[in-house]
Amino acid sequence: MRFVEEFRDASLGRAVAGEILSLIEPGRHYKVMEVCGGHTHSIYKYGVDDLLPTNVELVHGPGCPVCVIPMGRVDDGIAIANEPGVIFTCFGDMLRVPGSEGSLLEAKAAGADVRMVYSPLDALRIAKQNPDREVVFFAIGFETTAPSTALTLKRARAEGVKNFSCICSHVTIVPPLRALLESPDLRLDGFIGPGHVATVVGARPFEFIPADYGKPVVVAGFEPLDILQSIAMILAQLAEGRCEVENQYKRVVPYEGNPRALDVLAEVFELRPHFEWRGLGFISHSGLKLSEAYAELDAELRFSVPGVRVADPKACQCGEVLKGVIKPWECKVFGTACTPERPIGTCMVSSEGACAAYYNFGRFAREREVV
Amino acid sequence: MAEPATVSAREERILGIIETARGKRAKFRDERITMAHGAGGKATQSLIEGLFVPAFGGETLSRMSDAGEITVEGSELALTTDSYVVRPLRFPGGSIGDLAVNGTVNDLAVSGARPLALSLSLVLEEGLTAAELRAEVKAIALAAEQAGVEIVTGDTKVVERGHADGMYICTTGLGQRDRRASLSCANVTPGDRILLSGSIGEHGMAIMLARGEFELDAAIESDTASLWPAVNALLDAVGPELRCLRDATRGGVASVLNELARSSSVAMLVREGAIPVHAAVAGAAEILGIDPMYVANEGKLVAFVAADAVDGALAALRAVPGCEQAAEIGEVRTEPPGMVLVETSFGGRRVMDQLVGDPLPRIC
Repeated sequence: MRFVEEFRDASLGRAVAGEILSLIEPGRHYKVMEVCGGHTHSIYKYGVDDLLPTNVELVHGPGCPVCVIPMGRVDDGIAIANEPGVIFTCFGDMLRVPGSEGSLLEAKAAGADVRMVYSPLDALRIAKQNPDREVVFFAIGFETTAPSTALTLKRARAEGVKNFSCICSHVTIVPPLRALLESPDLRLDGFIGPGHVATVVGARPFEFIPADYGKPVVVAGFEPLDILQSIAMILAQLAEGRCEVENQYKRVVPYEGNPRALDVLAEVFELRPHFEWRGLGFISHSGLKLSEAYAELDAELRFSVPGVRVADPKACQCGEVLKGVIKPWECKVFGTACTPERPIGTCMVSSEGACAAYYNFGRFAREREVV
Repeated sequence: MAEPATVSAREERILGIIETARGKRAKFRDERITMAHGAGGKATQSLIEGLFVPAFGGETLSRMSDAGEITVEGSELALTTDSYVVRPLRFPGGSIGDLAVNGTVNDLAVSGARPLALSLSLVLEEGLTAAELRAEVKAIALAAEQAGVEIVTGDTKVVERGHADGMYICTTGLGQRDRRASLSCANVTPGDRILLSGSIGEHGMAIMLARGEFELDAAIESDTASLWPAVNALLDAVGPELRCLRDATRGGVASVLNELARSSSVAMLVREGAIPVHAAVAGAAEILGIDPMYVANEGKLVAFVAADAVDGALAALRAVPGCEQAAEIGEVRTEPPGMVLVETSFGGRRVMDQLVGDPLPRIC
């Protein structure tokens, strides 16, 4: 695979790892957050953290769109899926996310018609193939996936597909980052910026991080070499006393983003006053809903949903884990009430979440430190 | 500096609790069966260890090998059974009929038993065309002939339209233990080498693409084939040094390695770069966000051999048609017990865990 293999080259990786080693101040501990779940996945898949010195620690951020969906929203989805005649469609990794009484996978086993799709257009196709059924798409994701939902809704309206609607749980990346940064106990030195989101919104929206909070940001690509290089760039900023937004992913991310995608988002969606995040609570202007013009395609208006807020269990400390204040094992419910098989918080839901990773690989990670 | 000591003591204690919990026999606590219970990962394991084994008990079953051993008047036999529920019935490289023969034959072969006879149960859906049935009967007959097994008994049931996806097949296989080796996962010891008989992920990927759920076209064919020729060659070449064999079906090579690491309390270290994967499979897996190590094979085995038998075993395997790409992919170690580690091509190491449920494509 040309243009991909080059970014997975082990000898180049070793060279950048050497550069990182030369940039760190002896005795200092660095905490760098990778905001995006896609980065977490690459770090895990390629063993990127294994190439870092032990005093450079990667903290997994709030950018896994599946893990941040709160229980109440999952319950709303299941309530619609259980309505007679409904075909409920969603992305595969949403199926396992627990609501207050089970997941969509369990609702499917209990008789609901829940189908996995790979794109919102697949959901629209199912609607056209089943004109006598109501087809609902559970839309999730950051600005990365929101444009494809928006285009699907535009097409549904243009083609007059009446039996299609969408329960919108799209979220935006900047508000949760600001919420994290506002926290007085935050212990992070810099951010690996979300490259996929930035292809849509650009690098500009992250300028507030260095400007208002004095932390470096490097927007990064998703190959292992991209990630290593972005860490080196953050460490170089820290070493040189600079603090700015840099774009490591220039081959894809324009500074101003993708204006056409942004126009479509503005047409189809509007900001919700508040949206709840699993583990982080309510964050203002962090969620999207369908705009007035698209209200007829809004599943939350078409169906009655419980809309009940299910509080995160009090003992769950995902927020603190995300902020880097505590380690997963320091959480009160870690490994007892909260396990990968029965997760409570966002950090345990995804196999790459900080808590799930520690649960599964903790002993191995510790051995690394000893070596 | 008393603080760090107590902190690490607490961390140690919590790691201990987790390890105890993971070491315990999996419990079956779910209210209903979900698709995850059939995917070959942790949920399947909870069903087997938490419900079936405690209920049926016997010593042979609790060993949980691919085939059960029975001794009849000094004759050592192996018995195995499997159901085939694949959709679509025909796919590039094979069909449900091929799988029904080869899958069961392979469970016998990797247990170190020469396949002798098969039973064949057909569950047919009302409305299935005679042409489809004839095609599968032909496929079954041909696969049985190629694998050198005789179909000695059978059964037919028909269910109403809307059930059974056209047809389900269940086969039971009887084999005779081969005396050239004594295979058992208990034999796997640190220092042993891990061999793979060929490229991985073709069957699972061929099925996923044949279902037409992705708008993705690639020339990928199922690898369905009898493994007896490969096993036979290994037994001939390095019988006494052969520790254990597994066929890497549902859950892929990753699941086989995890099961063995757990049951034998050893660690495995696998070199990602050494694992043969066809470019088309690698490409499709990349697009779908699926790791080929977790994708099903229907004609690939994982062999554990003593270190000094590697060259002989590889030479023997590579001489078998379909196993030309056989490779040494890693080794068995002591630490950390129960875990499979991967040395990635990029130069990092990571843990390759057991699947929790179906491999679901990622969105981000």
